[in-house]
Amino acid sequence: MTTGTRAVADELQEILLNHEKDRTQLLPILVDINKYFGHIDSNAIIEVSRYTGVPIGEIHGVITFYSFLGQKKRGRFVIRLCRTISCDIAGKDQIVRVLEKELGIHFGETTDDGVFSLEYTNCIGMCDNPPAMLINDKVYGGLTPERVVDILDSFKLSEYQDMFGYGGVE
Amino acid sequence: MSEMIPVQIDDITCEVEKGTTILQACKCAGLRVPTLCHHPDLEVAGICRICVVEVEGMSGLQAACAFPIRQPIKVRTNSPRVRRARRVNLDLILSEHYGDCYTCTRNGTCELQDLAREYGVDRYRYPSTTAPKFRIDRSTAIVRDQNKCISCKRCIRTCIDLQQVSALETANRGHDVLIQTAFNKPISEVVCINCGQCINRCPTGALRSNMPNELIWQAIDDPEKHVIIQTAPSPRAAIGEEFGYEPGTSVTKKLNAALRRVGFDSIFDTNFAADLTIMEEGTELLTRLKKALVDGDSSVKVPMFTSCSPGWVKYIEHYYPEYLDHLSTCKSPQQMFGAILKTYYAKKIGVNPDKMVVVALMPCVAKKFECNRPEMTDSGGKDVDFGLTTREMAVLIKESGIHLKDLPDEDFDHPLGLGSGAGLIFGATGGVMEAAIRSVYEIVTGRPVPFKGLDVTPIRGMEGIRDAALTIENPLPEYQWLDGITLKVAVAHGTANAKLLMERLKEGTLDYHFIEVMACPGGCLGGGGQPIPTSPEIRAARARAIYAEDHELVLRKSHENPEINQLYAEFLGEPLGHLSHKLLHTHYTPRGRFFLEGI
Amino acid sequence: MKNEKKKILFGEFVTGAGLARALEMGAGKVVDEVKASKLRGRGGAGFPTGLKWELTAKQESDEKFVICNADEGEPGTFKDRLLLMEQPEKILEGMAIAGFAIGAARGFVYLRGEYIYLRKILEDAIVSMTERNFLGKNIQDSDFSFDVEIFLGAGAYVCGEEFALISSMNGYRGEPRNKPPYPSEVGFRDKPTVVNNVETLCYVPYIVTKGSEWFKEHGTQASTGTKLFSVSGDVKHPGVYELELGITVNQLLTEVSGEGAKSVQVGGASGLNVAEKDFDKPICFEGLPPGGSIIVFNHKRDMLHVLKNFMEFFVEESCGQCTPCREGNYRLLEGVKMLEKGECSVRYLKELEALCDVMKDSAKCGLGQTSPNAFLSIVENFKTEILYR
Repeated sequence: MTTGTRAVADELQEILLNHEKDRTQLLPILVDINKYFGHIDSNAIIEVSRYTGVPIGEIHGVITFYSFLGQKKRGRFVIRLCRTISCDIAGKDQIVRVLEKELGIHFGETTDDGVFSLEYTNCIGMCDNPPAMLINDKVYGGLTPERVVDILDSFKLSEYQDMFGYGGVE
Repeated sequence: MSEMIPVQIDDITCEVEKGTTILQACKCAGLRVPTLCHHPDLEVAGICRICVVEVEGMSGLQAACAFPIRQPIKVRTNSPRVRRARRVNLDLILSEHYGDCYTCTRNGTCELQDLAREYGVDRYRYPSTTAPKFRIDRSTAIVRDQNKCISCKRCIRTCIDLQQVSALETANRGHDVLIQTAFNKPISEVVCINCGQCINRCPTGALRSNMPNELIWQAIDDPEKHVIIQTAPSPRAAIGEEFGYEPGTSVTKKLNAALRRVGFDSIFDTNFAADLTIMEEGTELLTRLKKALVDGDSSVKVPMFTSCSPGWVKYIEHYYPEYLDHLSTCKSPQQMFGAILKTYYAKKIGVNPDKMVVVALMPCVAKKFECNRPEMTDSGGKDVDFGLTTREMAVLIKESGIHLKDLPDEDFDHPLGLGSGAGLIFGATGGVMEAAIRSVYEIVTGRPVPFKGLDVTPIRGMEGIRDAALTIENPLPEYQWLDGITLKVAVAHGTANAKLLMERLKEGTLDYHFIEVMACPGGCLGGGGQPIPTSPEIRAARARAIYAEDHELVLRKSHENPEINQLYAEFLGEPLGHLSHKLLHTHYTPRGRFFLEGI
Repeated sequence: MKNEKKKILFGEFVTGAGLARALEMGAGKVVDEVKASKLRGRGGAGFPTGLKWELTAKQESDEKFVICNADEGEPGTFKDRLLLMEQPEKILEGMAIAGFAIGAARGFVYLRGEYIYLRKILEDAIVSMTERNFLGKNIQDSDFSFDVEIFLGAGAYVCGEEFALISSMNGYRGEPRNKPPYPSEVGFRDKPTVVNNVETLCYVPYIVTKGSEWFKEHGTQASTGTKLFSVSGDVKHPGVYELELGITVNQLLTEVSGEGAKSVQVGGASGLNVAEKDFDKPICFEGLPPGGSIIVFNHKRDMLHVLKNFMEFFVEESCGQCTPCREGNYRLLEGVKMLEKGECSVRYLKELEALCDVMKDSAKCGLGQTSPNAFLSIVENFKTEILYR
């Protein structure tokens, strides 16, 4: 889904109108768009440029600076596994194998159905309960292979419920 | 007078104004601190860390370019710590730079190469880049070779801050940082206006112009081709810098001699076409004013903008397409000349225009783009075949084994080789306006402009935006409608200043009749094709040379140029006449600033 | 926990008491008290907080801002997470006192994107504090008004550097800029701005109510107060500990049941790796870096692997502006990879150590100046372990 279609364009405008027409709102706008659409496509960049007056190239420069923002469409659930030292020495590699095997994709990829993306992140401040990962806005620490599978299942279930109109769990 | 602060730099004590940077203070003290990311025209970045110095009492080394002196300090510019840091940082840059110096157009003018020599670099300290990683973008007038980029961001600061064109961006983070066009699209597809100011400020060969030298040699070497060169005033005031002259030395006549020896068949003066432009543009201005002020024709747009600067033309096409009707329909002097050469002149000397190759020596990179515009083919083929920059011409001359300094003075060929002082000053910001005023005022009133020595001083200088007002009194009978009207004109140079002007125009707070805009800082003399380096001082020196040459000429008004009058009598008829319209005027393309659709 | 009376942040707290006392004292006295407490920034750099406030208070401006730096990204640090989660009102009160002291009416919490799950807690605290008139218009019937908003980051470690943080908020890439001018002169929206770490702000209500003398009873002469330590790695009880500054590594290890450590990374990836022989050194501004991150490694750990992890972090998280940080960290990581393969000569290792010195000396901001610390200290402590393997 690109932000160019009509309904989506309205939603984009709504996000923009929630912010002042000011350069200091650039990052908040981009964060909101990224959260809502899962990425920031070129049409959205043009609209942000029109709204804030910031040239598209500079907007792109800002997007590429932050690891949570992206132009590439990510999955509905973005899994960000911490790879920094405390998580690393607490068995991160095993969690990597579980995630890749369970989802059938490698890190940096998105499942064909667009549900899950796998990414690494640097320290997320969960060093006291490693290994840890973020899934969208939620944080999960103390990961074991078993726990990872349970978490994934719960998300798959919520996706299933969402699809058939039972309402999301998210 | 602001506060003076005592500083001690090495063993030199001096006083500097509060806020002076250490770098400036070192210059005052006669010390050289090496720099790389610093450029006198640009905002301070302080990122290459080559100019670091020791400041007593501060733990780390400080970037001299970015450190404003606010209290008395002691600085050391040549300590073991300083030398080691500079050397290591230089080595780090060298290891990332793909340095094929032999095949680089900046061989000899590369600042990185200079530093390596200065610091006696004789090996790569860190494993060096052995193969180029990026494809070279040759999509348009500017060539971008990212393999040579050292991330100093001078081009970024030129494009975003100085020119406010914003065709470039810094992408990514950390070691993945890339200095690139927006979205890394080919230059031909972004909002680049081809001003080439980034080239003038790139310390290495990462940005350069698309050299047509090989093709020009082919044409010269082809006995069937009649190769014509027209030279603009700015290269003549600057090309000397490539041959050891001080900035501000005009070498017009020696250059003519050089061009004959290189092998051009005819050598003409673009000032002639500048005079022709004044005739057409001046007439257009008067026509527009009459329609707008007297006839109340709302379809006619005032203020009128000049259209000689192809960078400015593309800028307005991208950023203010709704104002294209304000742009004079006149082609630039380069293009007018091409159209006349391939029609009138070709017939006159009995040469098939197909066998004629017109080369334009220009201070400008955008002229390459201009001559390739599809609109610029009114003579039947390309009106001008090649735009050649000052730097590229210097190569052509050097390659011919010619020592410019040793050459005699020689004249242009005729007809079409005579230009007025008015055409000459097109090279400096405000020059087109001054030339227009000299002619329009006299055509309307029958009297010369009321300025001492014909110098319209209010619109001269290097102020970003300048304006002037001139009240018309006692005009000739046919211009009675202008009686008592105060003509208001403005001049802007550099697209950042143009943007300021355009924004004020949008707000409706401007009441000018005529506005000159040049895309490059300083006007054409500061063009993207001019010798490197550039600085405010160098541009001021070139401007002085141009104005001095104007003063030496007898012919200083476009409408008094006998060869122009001959051209109208023999060929064009009258300004804005049917043939003029066909050959000398053009239209523009709204482009917009977003190019992302479909990515 | 032992030494109960030496706790500050983990001690008692009544929301609003500090603010009420500050309003009584007047702005000038608040600044003086914080200055007298010798409180230094708890984000790592350790700039005197009172001085920062004084410089900002001095500026003439129609608008000033207080920014709470909640961009806690240093590997091994999570004490701000705990404060944001459990003591948000203390943070907000600290911000309000700072706003009162410098003459600001607006504050922002720059919350790192990774902590988005804490946003709700913080929002609720803002609402609750506003309802009780500890924030908002005419706080406690004074003529002081102060509002707090949340500004969400998007994943960039360097934005914890205050200049980068301000660039980020101003709508630019989060790149540190040249100083001077300092944020106290030109900050958010180019207005005078105070940027304080979450933990720093939390001490403020205590200093105002209990006085600077009481505060100085904690810690050492140059490093007053307590400090939150985020302890992780090979310890039995990882977590956040409030301990006095000046504590030795050994004492700390005893507190957290981390006996038998091979080395301790003090101050995070940008801090120092401390080997057993130096465990008797104190952690404070005049000793080992007191950023608060403590990562413990036991004898099974491969220190080259640890170093590689750190260097990968810096290569990615450098903003990429200045040469020493952008290229230097990359060369150090390359060196680590050479060491892994046993291909790094002693001579080249010396070259890299010299590079580290230059990075410390000439990088533009704290990131590049401290990123070689891990390399230098691990190489020094474990040279025989890592060379020619």
